[in-house]
Amino acid sequence: MAKIVIDGREVEARSDVNLLQACLEAGEDLPYFCWHPELGSVGACRQCAVKQYANAEDTRGRIVMACMTPVTEGAIISVEDPEAKEFRGEVVEWLMTNHPHDCPVCEEGGECHLQDMTVMTGHRERRYRFDKRTHNNQDLGPFVKHEMNRCIACYRCVRFYRDYAGGQDLGVFASHNNVYFGRHESGTLESPFSGNLIEVCPTGVFTDKPFSKMYSRKWDMRGAPSVCSNCATGCNTIINERAGKVRRTLNRYNDEVNRYFLCDRGRFGHGWVNAPTRLRSAGYVINGDMTPVPAQAALDHFGKIAASGRLVGIGSPRASLESNYALRKLVGAGNFSTGMAEPEHSLVKLAVSLLAAGPARIATMHEMEQADGALILGEDVSATSPRMSLALRQIKRTAFNKAADQARVPHWMDASVRTLGQDTISPLFVVSPTVTDLDGFAQDAIRAMPEDAARLGFAIAHRIDASAPDVAGLSEAEAASASRIAEGLLAAEKPLLVSGLQYASAALLQATANIASALAARGKTPLISFVLPEANSMGLALMGGLSLDEIAAQTADATLIVLENDLSRRLDGAQFEALVGSAASLVVLDHSVTPTAIRSQVTFPSAAYSETDGTLVSAEGRAQRFLQVVYPDAPLQAGWRWIADMAQAAGLSHVQPWARLDDLIAEIAATMPVFARIPEAAPAADYELEGTPLRSQTHRVSGRTAIRANISVRDIPPPSSPDTPLHSTMEGSYSTDMPGTLIPFYQVPGWNSEQSLNRFQQEIGGKMRGGDCGVRLIDAAGGSGTFSSGIPEAFRARAGQVMLLPEARVFGTDEMSMMAQPIADRAAPAVVRVGGTVAEGARVRLSLGGEIFTVDAVSDPSLPEGVATCPPHMVSRSWSVPEWVSLEITAPAERVGTESAV
Amino acid sequence: MSTAELTAQDAELPKDLVDTFIDMAAHEHHPRGAAIEALRLVQERFGWINDAHLAHTARILGMSQADLDGIATYFNLLFRKPVGKNVVMLCDSVSCYIMGAEQTRERLCRKLGVKMGETTPDGEFTVLPIVCLGHCDHAPAMLVGKDLFGPVRPEDIDGIIDDIRARKK
Repeated sequence: MAKIVIDGREVEARSDVNLLQACLEAGEDLPYFCWHPELGSVGACRQCAVKQYANAEDTRGRIVMACMTPVTEGAIISVEDPEAKEFRGEVVEWLMTNHPHDCPVCEEGGECHLQDMTVMTGHRERRYRFDKRTHNNQDLGPFVKHEMNRCIACYRCVRFYRDYAGGQDLGVFASHNNVYFGRHESGTLESPFSGNLIEVCPTGVFTDKPFSKMYSRKWDMRGAPSVCSNCATGCNTIINERAGKVRRTLNRYNDEVNRYFLCDRGRFGHGWVNAPTRLRSAGYVINGDMTPVPAQAALDHFGKIAASGRLVGIGSPRASLESNYALRKLVGAGNFSTGMAEPEHSLVKLAVSLLAAGPARIATMHEMEQADGALILGEDVSATSPRMSLALRQIKRTAFNKAADQARVPHWMDASVRTLGQDTISPLFVVSPTVTDLDGFAQDAIRAMPEDAARLGFAIAHRIDASAPDVAGLSEAEAASASRIAEGLLAAEKPLLVSGLQYASAALLQATANIASALAARGKTPLISFVLPEANSMGLALMGGLSLDEIAAQTADATLIVLENDLSRRLDGAQFEALVGSAASLVVLDHSVTPTAIRSQVTFPSAAYSETDGTLVSAEGRAQRFLQVVYPDAPLQAGWRWIADMAQAAGLSHVQPWARLDDLIAEIAATMPVFARIPEAAPAADYELEGTPLRSQTHRVSGRTAIRANISVRDIPPPSSPDTPLHSTMEGSYSTDMPGTLIPFYQVPGWNSEQSLNRFQQEIGGKMRGGDCGVRLIDAAGGSGTFSSGIPEAFRARAGQVMLLPEARVFGTDEMSMMAQPIADRAAPAVVRVGGTVAEGARVRLSLGGEIFTVDAVSDPSLPEGVATCPPHMVSRSWSVPEWVSLEITAPAERVGTESAV
Repeated sequence: MSTAELTAQDAELPKDLVDTFIDMAAHEHHPRGAAIEALRLVQERFGWINDAHLAHTARILGMSQADLDGIATYFNLLFRKPVGKNVVMLCDSVSCYIMGAEQTRERLCRKLGVKMGETTPDGEFTVLPIVCLGHCDHAPAMLVGKDLFGPVRPEDIDGIIDDIRARKK
């Protein structure tokens, strides 16, 4: 820490930051554009000018750019100095010469950093009387809208897109007034992180396209903190609502998890909550059609069904812990399934047991960014956990920082650090059967089939610690790779190991755990992470239950209750029929119409993540609460409330209704020790700050009474819920000290954009003032761990058959996000990639789960002969696990013939 | 534009240029270091840099099209649109302005029948403004191809242009 003087006020400042950060942390309103807390300083916009004085006697001082000046002990600066103020005012005036006066029709209006900064500098009158330069805009795809005339050329977009996220297709063109940020031609932005441009851009050049179609001003929307449910990473989000519809998803800062950025699946994958595929009332399925019935009638019907026999329950890794627990209680632990089929069920349990028993700490994403040696073993993280791959990309930056330290360049000096580091090899090793987005900057990107990747992993462990079992029969190249990676990991201070379930290989998980144990035995403190399939996979594994395969033996003549789970994605046609057909009746609770719901006798509409509170456990083992932002019309209610109602209707007294979510959470914590800490994930519903609950609307929300005047002009009471700590209206407290888990939106006086986040943090880029978000449930056992010796045989191609591997995709293979239109628009059609050469335009015929599919084929020279990949769930609804298949390639000419015959 | 030129637009770079670029890239610390010189060579051969040539050059240098186009569009002497056989660049900086460059410009445009930035219909001349040519002692200064003229008074325009036209024939 250093003492600095700002306008005569002595403040403590961190000595490893720049004067701009120091000023902001000291609460000063100092405008800036090009600096971003995560992207550092480049000194491009000249907006953060302050006066710096050499010493107490110096009365003249000199203007410096605060973002480019390090904090030094005893520094004397002035923000209020008239000359510095005039300088800043002129910079804004100059930036505004080409900025259109279109705030009223601009999506950024009301939460625009440029507006805030313009007001802050006091620039009110435009003196520029000439033509403004104009640009042609581009169509950047279904996510991001482009309006280049608003650009102030701060360069944040390309610095994020290219430097931070590794995207190649956003560039900066021309010079002077004509500087243009865009693609080389119109077209969809390729990076899966393009949505962050919306928040990174200080003005309205890049705006949210789906939001724009159902637009509302920031101040008119209700906000609620939420947790992304589109993968197991558990990124924190804010969701916005107006008039009963979820409008958009924004990033919510969690210093240990997603920090400043989201992936596009998370940001644009919420649309299914508004979609017509939602279930809005209880129903009977008659002749394959959902027929709405009153909720009480459906419950009475359920009561009759349930009275006739046993109850069997199937939970879901995409449903909340609370609903799963309620179902488990209703049917009894012995009749409860996790909702996962084999091999996923066993693999998730194995992953969790390896994490809990092993010596390595589960890495947070912030810890991943700082790793100085990492191995990704047999998982395409860029597709299965996109946000995690963005964190892994920063390993390169961590390597740059080491070069910067040697040259005594501060880490925030972004351009200099990147120049210094341009020849630095990032200590990242990727082992994967297919090409991944992370290959580009890895020190080594090794192509290996899952079995061979696992063998390589076991061999690495042996080379780190000789007591780990060795692998026989490695090729010379494999042995050399193993030694090189072992050395790389041993050289690291914080080695990181990542694997996952994409290729459904237990050996991969065990090999990764072996490396962790070996590193621990050598005195290292390794970090580990397993990518899991779904938002609450970890929670269900901790809760326990039978697999779908096991429960199938118990469903005969029982009443089967399925909670928020589409079994047709997990079981192939025959298995699905067997399970559903054997049950006396099928009762489905879900928020959307699925093929499983269509097969049910009774369906209950459960609330989506935007309409209720609940807890999810991320792959990091972090229990996090999502809060409701929509107050849905009856009969929609949380899954666990339906289950309590069903118990009552059936006269089952062992499940008594819970009055509030907190009662249920307390019961879970009391009865299941592994969940003992989940009440800490977020404050309870009776939370009060300064004597009142927190509000979820801004202080200037408009149209409160007029908004439903077309229905009735009567005053209606505001909606309320006993489950959520946020008050549904603008009444209540709001402060920068709110718990991080309860922040409905970011706004402080003078700062209306998301940049106001700076004020909610203890220090910029540090912890939230209101405390941590979520609670980690799993702590590593410590010690040195044990070694598994389940080394698989090397992969061997089979004559006449092809090994079909699942090709996970950011857009397309996830269930719920594909019900959101922008994601469906972004998803590319399914193709089968075949190793070796395939004629252009060829198709393949393959049999998956007893069904025949014909799919377009492309040749993928990076795959070995006898191997092909296929996106899971996109061709066959249920297929997702590697499998030997017979694959018939149809030449393009035949294809034309077939089509004309049809 | 002639048929030959139109064909060239869709074509890839000729082999000798490709070999030169690969060689240049190999001599740079990073292949992208050869970007500006490669673009200059493309322009020298074809008069301007079309999308296909830019894309091919980017591929050779391991850059994205956006990245390379950023460089190409940054420099005002690299042309991303077709230009005439002779590019006439008239200085619009201070010295030349004082010495009557505006009148010269008017005369030039009238003589060729085009506005600044346009190409004559016969494809012979493109007129562009340029900042200081370092020829202030002979202001107003003008550059045609690689030939420097100055001082260019309005009455000199006819002679210069007719001369060039005659030279070409």
